Amino acid sequence: MSLAEQLLSGNRLALTRLLTQVENDTPEGRAALTELFPHTGKAHLIGVTGAPGTGKSSLVNRLALHFRRQEERRVAVVAVDPSSPFTGGAVLGDRVRMRDLSGDTGVFIRSMASRGSLGGLARTTAGLVQIFDAAGFDTILIETVGAGQAEVEVARLAHTTLVIEAPGLGDDVQAIKAGILEIADILVVNKADRPGVENTLKALKSVLELAHPVRHVFQHHGKLEVVAAAEEPVYSSWIPPILKTVATEGEGISELADEIARHAGYLRESGDWAARERSRLGSELDALLRETLVRRFREQVSKSRYEDVLDKVFQRELAPWEAVKMLLNGRFE
Amino acid sequence: MSEQKTSPEQGDATSPTEGRRIRVLVAKPGLDGHDRGAKVVARALRDAGMEVIYTGLRQTPEMVAEAALQEDVDVVGLSILSGAHMALVPRVLELLKANGQEQVKVFIGGIIPDEDLPRLKEIGVTGVYGPGASTEDIIRQVKAAMTE
Ligand SMILES: Nc1nc2c(ncn2[C@@H]2O[C@H](COP(=O)(O)OP(=O)(O)OP(=O)(O)O)[C@@H](O)[C@H]2O)c(=O)[nH]1
Ligand SMILES: [Mg+2]
Repeated sequence: MSLAEQLLSGNRLALTRLLTQVENDTPEGRAALTELFPHTGKAHLIGVTGAPGTGKSSLVNRLALHFRRQEERRVAVVAVDPSSPFTGGAVLGDRVRMRDLSGDTGVFIRSMASRGSLGGLARTTAGLVQIFDAAGFDTILIETVGAGQAEVEVARLAHTTLVIEAPGLGDDVQAIKAGILEIADILVVNKADRPGVENTLKALKSVLELAHPVRHVFQHHGKLEVVAAAEEPVYSSWIPPILKTVATEGEGISELADEIARHAGYLRESGDWAARERSRLGSELDALLRETLVRRFREQVSKSRYEDVLDKVFQRELAPWEAVKMLLNGRFE
Repeated sequence: MSEQKTSPEQGDATSPTEGRRIRVLVAKPGLDGHDRGAKVVARALRDAGMEVIYTGLRQTPEMVAEAALQEDVDVVGLSILSGAHMALVPRVLELLKANGQEQVKVFIGGIIPDEDLPRLKEIGVTGVYGPGASTEDIIRQVKAAMTE
């Protein structure tokens, strides 16, 4: 039996070995991804991003517990932490906050180092997610590197993206605005037990109002709700709700889980689920194409030839586009 | 996704068997209080180019083995100061084996009396380090264990 077949029959050792193969982008890993691809596309992928220390891991811990207890969903977690740019090593510490999930075979947590990728994920995170999806995990939580502003990669990968804020971290509108509007499906103000929550909430709300000036948005039980104009269907647009949580105490978790479920429902009804899926697969395909074409180019054009042409560009004898034409020499035209 | 061209893709921490970075689980089983030593070792291993999964305090042997499985590590490092090593370590090794991870190398740090060393070696512990051990020694021996 291949590792992929063993994985499909529920073997955890095969699962963990395949995750490693895929993470390291080995030929075995690629073969497994190909073999398992027909089994993917079922899981709900939830991205969790936000500045360092806002409580992403603590929230993932609580959400996973909630999904297990309330709905018995099988939950996988992929948690990415940064690699050192100098040594390539990493300390991956997200599991420290996920102790409560230990001892439950319905939960599987995998830590990953970013290995030089920017944008909050590792290059092979999407591959790991596919393996979990094929292995039958219903919900996959993806925690990004806590880098700060716009972790666009995770929004491209996930169906539902949570952006986690905490009181006191640059509560001015400008700081918050950068990037999060494009990516947040749900905004979470964690550490709501800390002073300054109201300021953070207010700042987030004003940012949202700027983004959706034509919508009627009102405050109701701490959440933003949308009143759609009579002629538009309710699902025509999603306005990110803002929720308060205290991850350490488990406060606000079931409300957050409800919003996540509501977002999944919205995606399915509106057709956005399929649209996101298609665009995600499109960007994965593009990345693979780029990689393959560049590799093929390097195999076909010698390094010295490349250096010669680069010299000509450096001497201003050739413009870059002329150089490309010369190097490709009729290929791909 | 963009790659930082400056970061080394292959450090010398690549385990030669599979062409991958050495993955190490650093855990603190037992009930004793602090994890300073474990954190120092975790950082030293990172600085040697390894990927270190840090799990924190008060881990049971079951939690250690489960994390080792989920993270598919090459090495498990246990920091034990409580004197409970003769109860905890054999159990961890037993569970690793039961999970099909008998190839995982186990290292122990802490206050381990000399008379316990033969037994620990016998059950398959690769290295034992006292409080005064240098991180260079630990790194060297972890790397050496990967080439076996
Ligand atoms: N007071 C308070 N502390 C919290 C809350 N949630 C998390 N914390 C604490 O905040 C610290 C960081 O929490 P993590 O869950 O590790 O945060 P993170 O965003 O995953 O951190 P990185 O992965 O390092 O970016 C820990 O000490 C938590 O105990 C909360 O709701 N209230
Ligand atoms: Mg974290």
